[in-house]
Amino acid sequence: MKRYLLPLAVFALLVGFLAAGLKLDPREVPSPLVGKPAPAFSLPTLGEPGQRLGNQELRGQVWLLNVWASWCVACRQEHPLLVDLARSGRVTLIGLNYKDKRDEALAWLAEHGDPYRTSVADVEGLVGIDYGVYGVPETFVIDAAGVIRHKHIGPVTPEALQGTILPLVDKLRLPGGA
Amino acid sequence: MAPRAWIAALGAALCLGVGAQEARPLADDPVLEAQVLRIADELRCLVCQNETIAASNADLAVDLRKQIRTQLRAGRSEREILDFMVQRYGDFVLYRPPLKGATLLLWVGPFALLAIGGLTLALAVRRRRRSIPATAPSEADRQRARALLDAGEPSP
Repeated sequence: MKRYLLPLAVFALLVGFLAAGLKLDPREVPSPLVGKPAPAFSLPTLGEPGQRLGNQELRGQVWLLNVWASWCVACRQEHPLLVDLARSGRVTLIGLNYKDKRDEALAWLAEHGDPYRTSVADVEGLVGIDYGVYGVPETFVIDAAGVIRHKHIGPVTPEALQGTILPLVDKLRLPGGA
Repeated sequence: MAPRAWIAALGAALCLGVGAQEARPLADDPVLEAQVLRIADELRCLVCQNETIAASNADLAVDLRKQIRTQLRAGRSEREILDFMVQRYGDFVLYRPPLKGATLLLWVGPFALLAIGGLTLALAVRRRRRSIPATAPSEADRQRARALLDAGEPSP
């Protein structure tokens, strides 16, 4: 009986590893940018291409950078959540309109609602590369000092928003900034 | 006959036109393009994770190849370009990640498993060898063996 104990233990360990592996999402690659200053950008705004918005102008507040595009199907999934969030006014939401056409992006916002204080247009996707974007939608939490504190890959879920993103925003707002 | 030849010629011209446009970067500078592909071959496409950036046709891969090309033209070295990618996408983007704390298991794991397997095998063999009695054969065994050998007939 005893001789079967070790193989059984190894088997159980293997099952444990496989079970954990099944729950992991291979698309969620940890970003090396978390904890680092957000890469600088200054881009024309989607609404008025004559105006520009850069991340320097957002210093001093905690904000979310949401990467979206009208061609992005998964963006539709998270969008109602973002619209609700904007309505609640809990946090500044800036959109990075990634590799999109201006008229299509504007039409998409008109149809689905515009939760963003401002969206900036990254037509060439170069700012996207600086932010390590590989799967739209992505959402970054950026603190008052301009440091990326969290990156959410894929559509924001209610659990991620209530369980991770908003508590983090609240924590970062405390004096001392966590 | 004439209209058909004309259509064929037009078709060929269209194909050539399209082909020429797609191949333009290659024709520009084959040395540079080879370098772009060599670097892109080291990088994982994060959209379709089992393809290299050289092999993938995903939008991001196309953009990153363009990025590599631009940086090479600006005189950046291969090392600098790989660092640029790692800063943005992490070690995961490299097909040959560096050996460090977080990747130690990845590099050493297979060899450790092989060593554990070898050790287990060696122990099992030793135990089995020990479990075979090392006593000399008894007189009865000897006689039986001799009888079998003397019989000279191969056993059926």
